[in-house]
Amino acid sequence: MLEIIRCSKTFQKGTANEVRPLRDVSLTVEEGAFVVVIGTNGSGKSTLLNAVAGAFPLDEGRIRLGGREITKWPEHRRAALIGRVFQNPFSGTAPGMTIAENLAMAVRRGRFPGLGWALDRRTLEAFRERVSTLHMGLEDRLDTEIGGLSGGQRQALTLLMATWQRPDLLLLDEHTAALDPRSADRIIHMTREIVTREKLTTLMVTHSMTQAANLGDRLIMMHKGEIIRDFSGVEKQRQRAANLLAHFDEVRRRELLDQGAADLLKEMYV
Amino acid sequence: MNLLVGSLTIGLILSLLAIGVYISFRIFNFADITTDGSITLGAAVAAVLLVAGWNPVAATLAGACAGFLAGLVTGILHARFKIHALLAGILVMTALYSVNLRIMGKSNVSLMSTPNLTNLAEDLGAPFFGRGTFLDLAGWSLASRDASMLLGAFVVILLVAGGVYLFFRTNLGTVMRATGDNAQMVKALGSDTGLMIILGLGISNGLIALSGAILAQYLGFADVQMGIGMVVWGLASVIIGESLVRSKRLGIAICGAVMGSILFRLLVAIALRFGLNPNDLKLVTALFVFVALVLPHWFSRLAERKGGRARA
Repeated sequence: MLEIIRCSKTFQKGTANEVRPLRDVSLTVEEGAFVVVIGTNGSGKSTLLNAVAGAFPLDEGRIRLGGREITKWPEHRRAALIGRVFQNPFSGTAPGMTIAENLAMAVRRGRFPGLGWALDRRTLEAFRERVSTLHMGLEDRLDTEIGGLSGGQRQALTLLMATWQRPDLLLLDEHTAALDPRSADRIIHMTREIVTREKLTTLMVTHSMTQAANLGDRLIMMHKGEIIRDFSGVEKQRQRAANLLAHFDEVRRRELLDQGAADLLKEMYV
Repeated sequence: MNLLVGSLTIGLILSLLAIGVYISFRIFNFADITTDGSITLGAAVAAVLLVAGWNPVAATLAGACAGFLAGLVTGILHARFKIHALLAGILVMTALYSVNLRIMGKSNVSLMSTPNLTNLAEDLGAPFFGRGTFLDLAGWSLASRDASMLLGAFVVILLVAGGVYLFFRTNLGTVMRATGDNAQMVKALGSDTGLMIILGLGISNGLIALSGAILAQYLGFADVQMGIGMVVWGLASVIIGESLVRSKRLGIAICGAVMGSILFRLLVAIALRFGLNPNDLKLVTALFVFVALVLPHWFSRLAERKGGRARA
């Protein structure tokens, strides 16, 4: 179970560029839940994920995972519990190293790397077997540098690496946004399969309303650093891409209205 | 002939420096100037211990350990105190100048009359080349002592380079290589990139200090000035090595660094032989590295322009 308790974050505090991507956000994700997060640009959805991953210290609030207080843990320590796939296919793998070497590090996620051999025949055999489940023909190319692979192949490997050891929490940060539609479909298919099979607690940010409508069992909509909608159960299943867009329009209209009202008040009183 | 064998030997000894610079500069993308101080540190520690009567192997290893510690300090300054990589190296290098003077007590320690690694090398070579004689190589005469030195240096470099290669194939070594390649990924997989940089710089400077310790024994003295410009020397070796092997594969790249170091030393020896003023050597080396760093970009840009014109 993931508990985000009253978290706030301000970047570049006190400057003209000050942004507050998290405003007193609270969220509890039950064990095994698959939560999809959508939101406008700059709504704080990626920041929320990064806060959970430990990419920066929070200004306020606490984060608990599996009953453990991880607020003060550095990023690499949290990685023992959390698997991550990034938006940029280049972020999740080391391009100058081979597929096998990348996998070798994923196998030991969260443990101190000792002086044992990174690769031996038995691990290579295990890699080949598991990589073949991707159906990309990569099992015969374990010795290839990852830098030569396509974005889709890299994301597939990153997803495999993030879940090689079952994580307590899987964080997917717009992990198909940089892919062509075909590859994106494949990765989404893989994601659904792995998350369902392993019953992973998952937090996924997406920009695609179709993905948001079709995936997961709970849907959260963020705007200006706050959670403004939270659909779960039957209500989540009823959501379609079109009415999710309608929700966004509604938010935008209300904002315009607010702006209009403020202008009106200004004219009247200032 | 003696000139050739002599520069081969020094090239081999300095290839440890090249491997060290390869680790910091290529594996970690860290331009580590600690090098200039740590090579002298290795020489100073080994020299003082030898004069105090230590076993040569122990003294040499102690020199390497001192370099390892110096590397850790640079790593900690950078990774834990968030000091810029170059500045961290400059600070430690500068501090080491005083440390080295303190260790030696003066600016120069002679090892001419102290038993050291060169004696071990002579013992090693005795069965093959004899002792105190001259070999006849197709008409060239070569002192058996020099041949033994070359053999000894070769054996040491083979062992150390092999060890470095094997280390970077372990789990820890793999994570270290990944740290330079994609730090974000290493963090996401649960390793402390700061710790990896600290340890990596330790290993790098340990090798560099080892190089200095052996070099001092070969030359017969340790001097507080001997490290000046050595980082550029190492860079030149690494760059030459890369253009020789043209591969980023670990084993091949390490071989390349060794070959680059030997070739560079030979080039320098030839240039000096043909009248290059030794005082100009550092300037020429720096110019060489500058050209080697800039030229590939320049060529590719030229090729691009040409290609563009052809298409148009």
